[in-house]
Amino acid sequence: MGLITRPDQAPAPRAEGRAQAQVQSVDPASQDGWVTTRLDFLVNWARANSMWPMPFGTACCAIEFMATMASRFDLARFGMERLSYSPRQSDVLLCAGRVPYKLAPVIRRIYQQMPQPKWVIAMGACASTGGMFDNYAVVQGIDTIIPVDVYVPGCPPRPESLMYGIMMLQKKVMNERLRDTALRNEIVPDPSSHLYIPPSAIDELSEPFGNSVHQTRSGL
Amino acid sequence: MTPNSQIQVAGSAAPGETPRTPTRLPHRGGEPNPSAAALAARFPDAVRRVDVVWGETSVYVDPARVLDLVRWLHDDPTQRYDYLSDVTAVEYRDREQPLEVVWHLRSLPYRRFLRLKAELPKGAKLEVASVWPVYRGANWLERECFDMFGITFVGHPDLRRLLMWEQYREGHPLRKDFPLRGRFSRSEQLRQALAANPEARYSMEEISIAEAFGELPDEMRRRLAAGGRTGE
Repeated sequence: MGLITRPDQAPAPRAEGRAQAQVQSVDPASQDGWVTTRLDFLVNWARANSMWPMPFGTACCAIEFMATMASRFDLARFGMERLSYSPRQSDVLLCAGRVPYKLAPVIRRIYQQMPQPKWVIAMGACASTGGMFDNYAVVQGIDTIIPVDVYVPGCPPRPESLMYGIMMLQKKVMNERLRDTALRNEIVPDPSSHLYIPPSAIDELSEPFGNSVHQTRSGL
Repeated sequence: MTPNSQIQVAGSAAPGETPRTPTRLPHRGGEPNPSAAALAARFPDAVRRVDVVWGETSVYVDPARVLDLVRWLHDDPTQRYDYLSDVTAVEYRDREQPLEVVWHLRSLPYRRFLRLKAELPKGAKLEVASVWPVYRGANWLERECFDMFGITFVGHPDLRRLLMWEQYREGHPLRKDFPLRGRFSRSEQLRQALAANPEARYSMEEISIAEAFGELPDEMRRRLAAGGRTGE
């Protein structure tokens, strides 16, 4: 890169009034098939640009996800055009929409079936926090079930937001190190409670915020 | 009367009765569904009162007689309520007011809509007869009503929860005494939800179509027997 090769060994034409550039001539035949780079960079570059999403669409966010996949926004530009409907062949779990408690064991099972390395995007307010559904039926953020890499806000997020989240995930992948095995640790749920983080952390994560604080517990 | 006028197919109006789109309906009062008067004449001890709200007729009936009334409405040639569109329940904020179980019946030949209501007092056991023997479509409607309100439908073939999972222990979510966020803490709710095995939710009998083979249309049966594809 940056080398100007002149196989014919002809002298470079000189521009009037400018100093002659230091041109180093290299035989191209001796460079065939050689690239020097960091292995981390090469692996991460390949991974970040060929992620297969496992779509877990449960609500209106999935409609925006379809728009993102379609020709106007065209997720194929990010190497994600191949939706993997089998978790065994997917890299990133894209949870689009609210997850009720009845689906909690399902999304946990899908995440555990995905091979390492794997990433998770929580798309939209409901998948990230439970959103407006602060009720008995909806999980208050899928990070209480599985670890999440990128949260995309919005209700639902526009395709631009989702693509920004995907680019953030690509940036995150590009910064990974092969030697850092902590990134590849599988979650180990507690065998008795099936939770992978302490119950107190789940209660804290599930606390409402904004104007909905304790609004329904006052009289009961 | 010509022989043709006696043939009534679904969607055709009865002779002499012109279907019309009602306009300028009063909030309360107005002309009740003629089936209400027929019901009161046939079952004078079971019909308690008749309400007409926005042109729709609600008949309050004795909870113990519901199955008789529904069966008569379904079978009688002058009524022919052949479509049950909903079974649900209502609980009011006023704690003294009884729960109401609501049946939405529709007569396709006569183009009539009738709402039956049965009041179940709060103190007693919440029980009412299932209309499943008359309308097979009541199966899941009553399961949902049982799940959300805790009303037992006597005579239902398979009264289990429908929306919540079967091991759900927090109660019946649409009751007024049910807190919006449920009774347990979030971690406890998640613990119970994750303990469920998603693959054990359906029994093999439920997902098997082998027993229903005889009920399939002839053409589909032939294709299945020949090993061909269905659909398309």
